[in-house]
Amino acid sequence: MSTAVEVVSVSKTFRLFQEKYTSLKEKAIHLGKVPHEVFPALSDISFEVEQGVTLGLLGHNGSGKSTLLKCIAGILTPSAGEIRIRGRIAAMLELGAGFHPDLSGRANIYLNAALMGLSRKEVDARFDAIVEFSELGGFIDNQVKFYSSGMYARLGFAVAVNMDPDILLVDEVLAVGDANFQLKCLAKIREFQEEGRTIIFVSHSPDLVRAVCSTAFVLDHGRLVGQGPTAEAVALLQKFQLSGSGLNHDPSTEDHRLEAAISRDIHISSMMINGVDADRGVELAAMSQVELAVVIEDVASAAGACHVEVLFYSPAGVALIRAHTREMEMEPIIVRGTVEAVVQFSSLPLAVGSYSIQVNLYHPQSGMMIESRRWDNGIMIVGGQKGVGGLIAAEANVFVNEVSSRHFL
Amino acid sequence: MKTDHSGPVPEPSGYQRDRELPIHLVRPSMTVPQRIANIWRYRDLLKDLVAKEIKVKYKDSALGFIWSLLNPAMFILIYYIVFQKILKNGIPLFAIYLATGLLAWNLFQSGVLGATGSVVNNSGLVKKVSFPREILALASVGSAFIFFLFQTVVLAIFLIIFRVAPSPHFVWLVPIALLALLMFASALAVLLSGINVYLRDMQHLMEILLQAWFWATPVVYPFMELSKQLKAHGLTWLYLANPTTPVALTFQRAFYVKANPLGTNGSIVHILPSYGPMWYLAVLGTIVVLSFIFFLVSVYIFGRLEGNFAEEL
Repeated sequence: MSTAVEVVSVSKTFRLFQEKYTSLKEKAIHLGKVPHEVFPALSDISFEVEQGVTLGLLGHNGSGKSTLLKCIAGILTPSAGEIRIRGRIAAMLELGAGFHPDLSGRANIYLNAALMGLSRKEVDARFDAIVEFSELGGFIDNQVKFYSSGMYARLGFAVAVNMDPDILLVDEVLAVGDANFQLKCLAKIREFQEEGRTIIFVSHSPDLVRAVCSTAFVLDHGRLVGQGPTAEAVALLQKFQLSGSGLNHDPSTEDHRLEAAISRDIHISSMMINGVDADRGVELAAMSQVELAVVIEDVASAAGACHVEVLFYSPAGVALIRAHTREMEMEPIIVRGTVEAVVQFSSLPLAVGSYSIQVNLYHPQSGMMIESRRWDNGIMIVGGQKGVGGLIAAEANVFVNEVSSRHFL
Repeated sequence: MKTDHSGPVPEPSGYQRDRELPIHLVRPSMTVPQRIANIWRYRDLLKDLVAKEIKVKYKDSALGFIWSLLNPAMFILIYYIVFQKILKNGIPLFAIYLATGLLAWNLFQSGVLGATGSVVNNSGLVKKVSFPREILALASVGSAFIFFLFQTVVLAIFLIIFRVAPSPHFVWLVPIALLALLMFASALAVLLSGINVYLRDMQHLMEILLQAWFWATPVVYPFMELSKQLKAHGLTWLYLANPTTPVALTFQRAFYVKANPLGTNGSIVHILPSYGPMWYLAVLGTIVVLSFIFFLVSVYIFGRLEGNFAEEL
């Protein structure tokens, strides 16, 4: 496997102006010397992204994650350092950036694809696929200004994913559009993952990053402060958020490398669902009672404590149910030797289908994640009423009432 | 879907991983040849942007591109009345004289003026999509060229009405003159579009400067009129150093044809210099070469300015 993106000691400084002098008169008055502060948006960042990896970039507002993404996309030029990119890159920083409202959807597809560096011939070959994905059908020849925002977003996404990119950069764009569109986008991203394309994903939503990415980087004040499996990176981000959003926090004084910070004394050894090992997958009837017994082991044979979080995920990676002992205001679970933490749901309102379960353990004081385990398709809901589905279990009855009668002659 | 490497024919739609991919670099400085290679790679975008500007300009207007013909036609009519009928300048076929020079000038002016604001006006794109930004300026010059082609219809109509045939000795120089003009306009366009991001006055300054430049170019008055007076001070070279002057002269020599015709008042008027085609070739060739060097310099300066575009906009 080779490297798709190599970032070599990249720095980016912005000049912050108290007041911007852009007219000739003002420039002349200030003789070209404009009072400004230098703001380091990125300082000396280096990393490599292997081909086929889906990388999440996490960080709170102003941490530099979008700046970094823009540098990789080539929109911003780094002040120092360089970025080596292998293959075609498609950046989705804003869906439909570059659409001209007066042009038809068709003309905009060509224009947008050309902006991303495709030749006319390449667009011709992809045109039908783009229209199909956008679900615009006959509207493709209408002017874009008449489109709804959903249609606009669908067309923008359709052009970007049909560029056949080797590297896809996604910045918070999945927040637009309805649930259907989001699921479709996620499905496309999963398809890209299976095909071995590289994806760099920026999002504020840790759930989304957890659902999509295999590894994640955490940025704080323009520095790379942590990297690791997504669950651990999300935990680190949460820690930063707990410590006052990191706003008056100097990362150089403290070592936040995950490896050092995380206690590895406590382990999830297994989980039983209604007495059956979750590794084998468990079949349940809809709306039945469920007991998740998480077996936690203290390896260091010294009493430790932790909070437990249980999550149920839909096949599309959406967290449906979440239970967290800290947020339930429970005391931390004391682990002495081996204990079984039982999370009981009196009735599980999930519709027919298979769901994944994730169990996370958190350090009680710092809130850092200790361990995270996921059972893909660990639970399967069967039975239920025929013809009624979705994500949430329900029972439907259908009646017909006569509202007004009309006599047929 | 994974593509099997041992398979005989890889599926065209299938994604092939681990194949040899071109590497490109994002770094503070790109060399001028790299920048030009990058512009060349995006040449289809140039075509699409030009097509966009033309489509959008007269969208939803009843007369459409006819407006781009009415504009020079009106200009010629007014100047014809003022200079020929009121001031009695005595130039025969004054409408054709005006049309030839104006055509070349309009190409230059609308290209440069449109390009100056091109990066600023497309800030939405510049902040969100990565592509060689020089293309925006070049697209303005490109669309000015397409409108120029439309406007040649006006000249053709005048030539037919007044039964004037283009001069066979000079008409072959017209493509070279166009190349020189486009090259010079492109160089200026790229430079100004970059500067305008930092100095927004550039747009307004250019509107005034181009007016002065228009009168420094022999479009309305004949070249000989001014050069006669400049010759006394030995300044004809300065007049010819303006690249738009030799280009306008070439157009006039090719389509207006006569250098020293009999005036409408019965005496001979000196309008165009009596240089031969080779003189024009040499001068136009020099403009092409110098403009190309200017273009390289502009691309270099643009590259230096580009690094902070996304922040300045």
